[in-house]
Amino acid sequence: MDAPVIDTRPIVAAGPKAPAHGIKVRTRDVSVFYGDKQALSDVSLDMADRAVTALIGPSGCGKSTFLRCLNRMNDTIQGARVEGVIELDGEDVNARAVDPVALRARVGMVFQRPNPFPKSIFENVAYGPRIHGLTTSKSELQDVVEQALRRAGLWDEVADRLDQSGSSLSGGQQQRLVIARAIAVDPEVILMDEPCSALDPIATARIEELIDELRQQYCIVIVTHSMAQAARVSQQTAFFHMGQIVEIGRTDELFTNPKEQRTLDYITGRFG
Amino acid sequence: MFGLVLICLAVFSAATYGLARRKVLQAAHGSGTRPHSRPKYHGAHAALWAAIPALLVLVGLAVAAPRIITAVTWADLPAAAPSVEPFRSQFQYDAEAIAAGSIPSAVAYSADQRAALAAHADRISALSGMLRLGGLVAVGLAALMGGLYAWSRARPDYRARNAVERWVGGLLFATSAIAVLTTLGIVLSLVWESLRFFQTVSPLEFLTGTHWSPQIAIRADQVGSSGGFGAVPLFVGTFLIMGIAMLTAAPIGLMAAIYLAEYASAFQRAWIKPLLEVLAGIPTVVYGFFAALTVGPAFRAGFNRLGEYLLGGPLNDLGLYLMGVQNQMALVAGVVMGIMLIPFVSSLSDDIINAVPQSLRDGSYAMGATQSETIKRVVLPAALPGVAGAMLLAASRAIGETMIVTMAAGLQARITANPLDSVTTVTVQIVTLLTGDQEFDSPKTLSAFGLGLTLFVVTLILNIVALRIVQHYREQYD
Ligand SMILES: Nc1ncnc2c1ncn2[C@@H]1O[C@H](COP(=O)(O)OP(=O)(O)O)[C@@H](O)[C@H]1O
Ligand SMILES: [Mg+2]
Repeated sequence: MDAPVIDTRPIVAAGPKAPAHGIKVRTRDVSVFYGDKQALSDVSLDMADRAVTALIGPSGCGKSTFLRCLNRMNDTIQGARVEGVIELDGEDVNARAVDPVALRARVGMVFQRPNPFPKSIFENVAYGPRIHGLTTSKSELQDVVEQALRRAGLWDEVADRLDQSGSSLSGGQQQRLVIARAIAVDPEVILMDEPCSALDPIATARIEELIDELRQQYCIVIVTHSMAQAARVSQQTAFFHMGQIVEIGRTDELFTNPKEQRTLDYITGRFG
Repeated sequence: MFGLVLICLAVFSAATYGLARRKVLQAAHGSGTRPHSRPKYHGAHAALWAAIPALLVLVGLAVAAPRIITAVTWADLPAAAPSVEPFRSQFQYDAEAIAAGSIPSAVAYSADQRAALAAHADRISALSGMLRLGGLVAVGLAALMGGLYAWSRARPDYRARNAVERWVGGLLFATSAIAVLTTLGIVLSLVWESLRFFQTVSPLEFLTGTHWSPQIAIRADQVGSSGGFGAVPLFVGTFLIMGIAMLTAAPIGLMAAIYLAEYASAFQRAWIKPLLEVLAGIPTVVYGFFAALTVGPAFRAGFNRLGEYLLGGPLNDLGLYLMGVQNQMALVAGVVMGIMLIPFVSSLSDDIINAVPQSLRDGSYAMGATQSETIKRVVLPAALPGVAGAMLLAASRAIGETMIVTMAAGLQARITANPLDSVTTVTVQIVTLLTGDQEFDSPKTLSAFGLGLTLFVVTLILNIVALRIVQHYREQYD
């Protein structure tokens, strides 16, 4: 008999702006332990496809930990243990049959500090297609790289110096390079962990524009410290505190009219 | 005597410490001001001034006194002293020995020479007594003047801390200067003796000649005394063994480092790393007899057996050759040296691999790369320059290594690329040239300095290149 795996009633902001493309990633009662220490407890959240979900909350409340559950990056940390259910398109990502390596090709990730590999710009973007064998010829690979760089809004700036080292770019360009690298393998979900915290305001604005464009195609989950950024780029916001979700809501509602006192305190800067 | 003076100085200096400290404390108390420096600095300032100038005078006198005595008394040796060398000098030595209360040489002097010797010894001891007294007075004066100077400075407003810190800085500078000057001295003497060597053998011949046989040139009047100083075979031997050593150490050391840095659990690391480093603590002479007594015979037996097996087949000639292989060969020395270098390569490479930022690994894993793809495509390329530097450092150690090759490689100076040949290296030749009774001026002995200088230059260049690579690499991620 097919027992329902999890409660599929949406844990997501409802209303007229309810997700038009369905739920892409669904988590139920996710708890994470680092050794004996519990970093997340019973986090349930649904992330809509072709929309941006923002995770906000004070430092150390478990936002990165939650993000890293979604592509099983916590597997690479010794002593980390994940409980609960995480589904991508209704499929349990922690199931035995799921290869984390294949999962990560579907769920890309962009980190806080730009981390281009010590290779040329071209090789950075070609990295994913190469290891996954996505292309069969050199020209096809070149096309994929060009497409990714175009979608990341970097092509015009680097087209004539693809063979230069990725670390020769500015911080903002490096972050867009890393985004290009992530979308070169054509993922379905893109996780971003404070992608602008090391960037200046102009570079930040460019990345935000880019996120807004990418939203047309991907499910994006972004951790941010900036309330204004969450308000600008996201459609849904989850407020984390001490390893738990305090409030989930449509971004415009959560920021204008929070239901919880702790949320109000946080977004008005009364603690953090 | 010397010890007593030192003790007196120490007591005096300690006393000035206490006195200066009290003086400052009282003065500060009396005037109600806060001294600029803590009282202990005033004490230390006074103690330094009381001790250091006096110590300098003491050391200077201790070094100079015997020279002064010899110079003065040598100028008026008694008429009865022998007039020919080396007996005249021996007479002086013996007089000094008697004056110092030790036993003179067994030279048989005539009766009036013996009388003159005794008189001369008396003069020497009188002179040294005077010098000693004068020295004592000088040391005492220096201590007193230094102490008085510091005493006059012991006022609350004096910046004693700054002065003490200048003294300490000076002291540290002096100790580092010792190391630098020693190095400089070694290099200069190396250069100096090499220049003497290159007066007999032209540098061009030394560096390009292919014939090395310094043994026939022991006597300068022999024909062809400068015909055997071509160092090329030695450098060929050196680089052959270094090459074999690096072929052994580089892959094993690097893979061990990759395992330690990327795969080993914390528990395995805690056990394997120290065990590997025990290898680095084994004295090279132990590796040497391991090579000569264990590895050499084993390799020989193995090759001989292989040779027997090949006899009569299509590789008959090779079989014959292998059957004649001896214990001493470049391969044995190289392999054992490689084993010696494994911990060196692995611990340097381990540090370098660990210095590759975790964010790069995360970036690669997040792209869906496996661990081995991440290591091959991201970690190792990022670590490559640093690892190359580590390899160069290891190579320069291999070039300078002496013991293993002395015991396991043989003594044949020849130009060969065959690892089964017995070869010799620069360091081995230096050892054989300089051990035993040698005439210090012969080109044979001096050639050791030529070899030493060349070796020094080669390893210096290797080290500089390696360190620059490693440093450049370190900066890249800071
Ligand atoms: N690798 C780790 N090992 C042990 N504890 C960790 C590790 N990573 C994070 N933590 C702990 O888990 C908690 C949540 O961390 P994190 O998810 O990084 O918070 P955030 O991203 O919201 O600032 C923190 O208390 C942190 O100390
Ligand atoms: Mg974080």
